Order: sequence, then structure tokens, then C-alpha cells
Amino acid sequence: MNLNAAAAELENDPQTAAGKTVYVYEGPVRLWHWINVLCIVVLAASGYLIASPLPSTPGEASDHFLMGYIRFAHFAAAYVFTVGFLVRIYWAVVGNSHARQLFMLPVTDMKWWAGLIRELRWYLFLEKQPYKYVGHNPLGHMFMYLFVTVAAVLMICTGFALYSEGMGLGSWQDRLFGWVIPLLGGSQATHSWHHLGMWGIVTFVILHVYAAVREDIMSRQTMISTMISGHRTFRE
Amino acid sequence: MTETFYDVLRRQGISRRSFLKFCSLTATSLGLGSAYAPKIAHAMETKPRTPVIWLEGLECTCCSESFIRSAHPLTKDVILSMLSLDYHVTLMAAAGHQAEKQLEEIKKKYKGNYILAVEGNPPLNEDGMYCIEGGRPFVEILKETAADAKAVIAWGACASYGCVQAAKPNPTRATPIDKVISGKPIIKVPGCPPIAEVMTGVVTYMLTFDRLPELDRQGRPKMFYGQRIHDKCYRRPHFDAGQFVEQWDDDAARKGYCLYKMGCKGPTTYNACSTVRWNDGVSFPIQSGHGCIGCSEDGFWDKGSFYDRVTDIKQFGIEANADKVGGTAAAAAGAGVAVHAALSALKKAKKSESTEKVTGDN
Repeated sequence: MNLNAAAAELENDPQTAAGKTVYVYEGPVRLWHWINVLCIVVLAASGYLIASPLPSTPGEASDHFLMGYIRFAHFAAAYVFTVGFLVRIYWAVVGNSHARQLFMLPVTDMKWWAGLIRELRWYLFLEKQPYKYVGHNPLGHMFMYLFVTVAAVLMICTGFALYSEGMGLGSWQDRLFGWVIPLLGGSQATHSWHHLGMWGIVTFVILHVYAAVREDIMSRQTMISTMISGHRTFRE
Repeated sequence: MTETFYDVLRRQGISRRSFLKFCSLTATSLGLGSAYAPKIAHAMETKPRTPVIWLEGLECTCCSESFIRSAHPLTKDVILSMLSLDYHVTLMAAAGHQAEKQLEEIKKKYKGNYILAVEGNPPLNEDGMYCIEGGRPFVEILKETAADAKAVIAWGACASYGCVQAAKPNPTRATPIDKVISGKPIIKVPGCPPIAEVMTGVVTYMLTFDRLPELDRQGRPKMFYGQRIHDKCYRRPHFDAGQFVEQWDDDAARKGYCLYKMGCKGPTTYNACSTVRWNDGVSFPIQSGHGCIGCSEDGFWDKGSFYDRVTDIKQFGIEANADKVGGTAAAAAGAGVAVHAALSALKKAKKSESTEKVTGDN
């Protein structure tokens, strides 16, 4: 299939005809999305404060536990994030086909490439309108694969490796993730990569929120309400 | 024949009665039955002390300097009673050809039974010409001596990880010994220098139990390198409370608050400084008011400033820390979004304008 044929097929997909509504995101997927929102906000804020702590508190050390609470918030949110990610993987297996989209990039599919090029041109103001998609558009799909799936795996691995330092040698965190630290060149380097990962996700969140709002207004399909109700409606 | 422990004890005026009492006590304190007392006595009477060859390559002798300051056990007891330190360039009386002959003899006589302790590392550039000992490149001497050793101890950051001479751009290609020696158990005892008691502790363990101490993933003895300095730091309560030194001369520094914001590497450094401390337990860097510089971590010279918490990384071609790199990316994304949103709004306005026109014409 060449690019033009793929493009024509995308444009004339009967599933995305105007006025049609499709059930896309099942309950667990939507719940996971909003839990992730909360987790990422807590993790990024508390993580930043762990690296660059607030001004000192006065008085006796025994009267305060500020850094302790910030670290607790980070670790607690990290556990929720990790468990959520594992449940999401399970749902990718048992859920509908859209639940699997985040976990693979269809780089051999011409239709995907045709859509990606169209989507890039759309964002450069070179197209009047983008194609309609039941699931993620190829550009969003690529970003989500890299900055949600891959980033989550990297953040969980480096995060639990750092956490294992406090839990000690022989803890399950150490046995599962301890190998990451020498691989990255030591504890300090692991901190740096984990910190960079945070900024990568923050950058993604900025783009993701903008793209979702923009597409909701300018494309021919619903976006934000879809992540709430699960249904996607197409328009002319 | 090397003296046995028993010989040494008798020589130091300890009676046989006291010796046997010591063996019973040792068996009891180790949780072994009474039947083990004669076994321990037998071992101490018959086992020759393990010979140790101590080589020095590209290094500054700070490991030896640290070693001779050990208080528990005293260094004199270690080198005169516990082990048979047969070759050590700084400490031995022999010199020149006599010393080199001695080295050859030990290697032959105790083939496969001596411990090789290495201070410093071999530089590999120019066929090892940056470190010549007795007219030969150190790397050759190291390989030969290691070939017949029972086990190898890598003293300090030099032998374990390369240390300052291996810092970028490493002109002599100074190389940690585990990259040169193969097929021998290597115990890494990093630090610049390692703590004296850690050094004698490792040696004592190997001699007493005749086996290697339990090692972690990076080949360091777990008993001394199993925890971070941060985990046992006496200033840890100030960290948990969120009380930090912000400047070297502020009130918080006088009160002994946590040095985290001053770039203390205690949270990323595995060593026993905060428990064993230095100079017979007198103090350690953090107790003296200066943060840990992480001298027992791999490549600590190349890990950014000693005085930054979020240290610079060089992976992006520029020297910047994660906050600068990531913050710039996030700010660029934000600015891009703002511009893009403005353009999109403009385009939409134009589009609706033109649609209105079309409807108007009808």
C-alpha cells in the first residue's frame, strides 16, 4: 500500500463518519488516566522539592518532619503510579483493542505513516484539517508511547532503584531494581537521569494538554469528553 | 616457614592456658559448641599466617597512610602478628635488588596461597610506560603477581575505579585493576583513602575466616559498604525535619544542620564514615562541617561539583544540570504552545470569517 492509497482509506473510514459515536476508552483506562494525572502532579512537585528543598524550618529537629512528609508523598504516589501501570498492562491484555494502542508503535503500517505526516503538516498549518481517528492520532500515539509508556518504565526502574538505597541491600526493591545504579554509573547519576525524566514528562504534559484542548476545538472529533465518558463523537 | 598465630601469641608472652581460654571464649562467642574450642586451637597452632604482597602502582600512598593509622585492630598487630606482610614498598626494610628478589621468592613459595593487595592502578597508554617499577611497567608486574594469588584486594578509589588519574580525559589511560586482572576474586575497598579500620577489618576477616567477606554487586564488602553515609549520619534528623545549611557561614551551619543543600554526597555514597569515622573514631567530614565528596563512589571526580545537590551532566554537549536542561525544554514547550495557540486562534477566526462571507452571499 502506498502513502496516497493509505491516506484515501483514512479519509473514508466509515467508522469515523460525521455524527457517529464510538465507545473507545473503557472505565479502567479512563480511571487510570485521571489517577495518573494526580500521581504525576504529586510526583513532579514532591520530586522537585526533594532535589531543591524548601527554606529551612526553625526550631528543634524533633518538632518537624517536613522533608520526611515530602518524601512520603513522593514514595506513596510512586507506589500508586506503579500499581496503576501494572493494572493498565493487565487491561491492555483483557481490554478492547484501543487499550493496547499505548504499548506498541505500528511502524510497519503505511497508514500510520500517512497519518503521521498529515498530522505533522496539520500542526504546521499546512493542512485544512486532520484525519479522524477512533483512537490516538499517529503523532499523539508516538508521543504517548515515548513519554507515557517508555518514560513510565524508565521512571519506575530508576525510581525504585533509588528507593532501594533506603530500603537496604537484599530488599525486594534492591533485588529487582538495584542493578540499575551501577549500570547508570552510580547513585548520583541515577538521580540525574530520574530528574531529567521528570522534566521530560512535564514537557509532555504541557504539549499533551494543549493538543487535547486544541483538537477538541479544531479537529472533527471530541477529545476531552472522550476521556471522561469514554465515547468519541465525530463531526463534519 | 612463616610463624603460626600460636607462635606469635607465645612470643608475645601469652601463656598456653590463656591461649586455650581464648579459644573456648571465641568458640562460645561465635555460637559454636564446646567441641569447636580444640578445633580453633588446632587451627591457630598449625595454620601459617597468610602472606600478603602489597603492590603500589599509579597512586599517592594515601591508602598506606590511612592503613598505618588503624586503631582497631592496631596496625602493628595486623602486620606483625596477624598477617605476614612480606612485600610493601613503603613499609618493608629491604630495598633495591634484595626487595625484588624477596618478591620473586614469595610468589614461588606461596604460589596460589598469598593475598595480593593493590594500591593504585596501572596506566595502559604507551605500553604502560607512565608507571615503571624496578625497570618494568607496573601493569606487567601486576598481571604476573595476580596470576598466582589466592585473592586480590583493590585498595582505594584508584585500584577500584581509577580515581583522579582516570578522570577525564585520563591522559595515561589509568585503568581499574579489575579491567586488567581476570579469573581472580577481587575485593574492592574504595575510598580516597579507605577508612583505616575498614582496611584492617577486611584483612582480618579474610585471615580469620579464610574466605572473602560477602560482597555487593560492585564487589565491595557488604559489611562496610552496605549502607549510604546518609543512612547513618548523625545529622539525618535535620534532613528529615527540612533543616539545611544554606551558606557556609550561616546560623544553620553553626547549629550543625544537614549539608544536603551544600552538595553533600552522603545520600549517594556508600561507605562506613558515619559509623566507623576516622582517626580512631574522632570525626568524619560531615562532623567537621563539610559535606561528603563521595570519594568511594565510581568516578567521583567526573560527577559534577562537590558543592551542588543537582549536579551538572555532560550528555547534552554543554555543562548543565537536570533542572537547566529540563527546565529549558519545558519552557520552550510552553512558549511553543503559546505561539501555536495564537496562530491557531488566528486561523480559526479567519476561517469563520470566510464561512460567514459565504453564508452572506447566499
